Amino acid sequence: MTEFLQQLLNGVLLGAIYALIALGYTMVYGVLRFINFAHSDVFMLGAFVAWYSVEKLGLPTQSIGGGLAALLLSMSVCAVLGVVIEKLAYKPLRQRSTLTVLITAIGVSLLIQNVAQNSRLGFGPNPKAFPALFPSQQLHFGALTVSTHQLVVLGVALSLLGVLYWIVHHTRIGTAMRAVSFNATAASLVGINNDRIISFTFGLGSALAGAGGVLYAMNYPSIDPLMGTLPGLKAFVAAVLGGIGNLPGAALGGLLIGLVETFVSGTRLSTFRDAIAFGILIAILLFRPAGLLGKLKVEKV
Amino acid sequence: MVFPVAQRWLLAALILAWVASAVSSSIDPYFLDVVMGVGVSVVLASSLNLINGFTGQFSLGHAGFMAVGAYTSAMLTTVVAPRLGWHPVLLQWVFFPLSLIAAGLLAAVAGLAVGAPSLRLKGDYLAIVTLGFGEIIRVVLQNMDMVGGARGLTGVPAYSNLFWTFGTAALTVYTVWALLNSTHGRGFLAVADDEVAAEAMGLDTTRYKITAFGIGAFFAGVAGGLYAHLKGYLNPGGFSFDKSIEIVVMVILGGMGRHAGVVFAAILLTLLPEGLRELGSRSVPNPFGGAAWSLDWIKEMRMILYSLMLIVLMLMRPQGLFHRSERRRRGA
Repeated sequence: MTEFLQQLLNGVLLGAIYALIALGYTMVYGVLRFINFAHSDVFMLGAFVAWYSVEKLGLPTQSIGGGLAALLLSMSVCAVLGVVIEKLAYKPLRQRSTLTVLITAIGVSLLIQNVAQNSRLGFGPNPKAFPALFPSQQLHFGALTVSTHQLVVLGVALSLLGVLYWIVHHTRIGTAMRAVSFNATAASLVGINNDRIISFTFGLGSALAGAGGVLYAMNYPSIDPLMGTLPGLKAFVAAVLGGIGNLPGAALGGLLIGLVETFVSGTRLSTFRDAIAFGILIAILLFRPAGLLGKLKVEKV
Repeated sequence: MVFPVAQRWLLAALILAWVASAVSSSIDPYFLDVVMGVGVSVVLASSLNLINGFTGQFSLGHAGFMAVGAYTSAMLTTVVAPRLGWHPVLLQWVFFPLSLIAAGLLAAVAGLAVGAPSLRLKGDYLAIVTLGFGEIIRVVLQNMDMVGGARGLTGVPAYSNLFWTFGTAALTVYTVWALLNSTHGRGFLAVADDEVAAEAMGLDTTRYKITAFGIGAFFAGVAGGLYAHLKGYLNPGGFSFDKSIEIVVMVILGGMGRHAGVVFAAILLTLLPEGLRELGSRSVPNPFGGAAWSLDWIKEMRMILYSLMLIVLMLMRPQGLFHRSERRRRGA
């Protein structure tokens, strides 16, 4: 039973991180209808910005203030980066086919990965130890062991999800986002500046990915330039599982993928854990292509 | 006998490959290795071109099909072949091609397995599913002790030679070309041009997509077999997403749905890294005196240049570098 609870907790934590990344995919898909392949690399850069802020800028480790500062710094850097990527690579392709944009996105992703792997221009290919940003301590609740880092991950992830919900549903710009996502042409007819909304969406999604990167690195304290690929793909699966374009769906999908993966890791099938997410994806697309919470769209000719 | 032009080209290519193969013992082994790699790339790029270019689907899992073929044929030649007690010449000239066909068939089965569910999906969804299939194949291979798991499979006999690699390359290019110029083949182009219209005209778009995946995967499997018997060593990590991307870049650079352009791009992109590596090991004299400048950085820049090229190409020239009106689709 304790083992089960411990695994449940680990699964929820991993799921919360996947949910943060999945929201970025789903929001971008909502407004632009394409998969932002570079999202997983923004996630990686988020972890590296936090690492830099401690190792090079000298932010204190093991402190709440320092940890929050590193988190906010990497969220802001990632937000700016997301906006810049969109402006440079995706905006010129607004009217082109999905395939062109998709290939460009793959190119951007490869570019970030390879620049990061280059030891002259980036961080070099070797993994780096990630510092303990927040005070680390083991807390015991009965037989259950919880680290303060895990609590931070849970707390930060939940508050970010709350903030995102508030932005999307209770602010003007959030309303505009939903409008663009619902019907971009109609939105521009009622005076919404689509380009601004798209930029904002990229910034918001990238900030969440950056936060996800920091939280992920806190739990698996080794970072490298390719660390984003697998979590990114799984988060994408989560977004599809929940119904792409649907925000609560992305959160739910992330949670489910995190739980399934953690419980599979505990069994004899643990070496297949990376394949599980794709298995789920294929099953979902076969039996319920719109995802758990999504609505199927009928294609009109 | 009178052959149509295309068949004559094929025959000429096969004879040329045969002659080249006969004199290959006098060629520098490193050079030979690179040249055979070019042949394998041409097979991979042409077969992916059928799926991504001509039929307008988007597969990111070509390395997965290649892996299926590579492991199938390698297992046949390392495990089954020694028990037959055949003469080595027979093994290379009879058993090896049979193992390549088996590799292709098994890869085609995998291709059909991907093609069947992907029918409902378009564009980016399809890309992700094929990517997922590719990754699943890699993870499964990594966990199969029978084929060496993550350690890899060693001791694959070096049966690939110039004849097999270039013969297969010529055969692949010819098959794709002939397929698309048949009555049946126009269906593939119709699916790429406008799926809804194709369906309205009574074409079974589903069947065309599955066929494209099956045939494309078949040749990817054969290429995998050639690759295995060229390198002599297989490792699941070699068939990752990056390998698929490499093939996709060849198809895009050549101009999706162009025959000659894609072949040319495959040749160029296989030779380019070797050239860059060669260049990177040299240094230029420093015009200001002092130590010579090392060109070492070029080696590290290879993948960065690749990805930049991809982005710039999409922004400036999405139809590919070698676009001319080779394909008279409209009005014909």
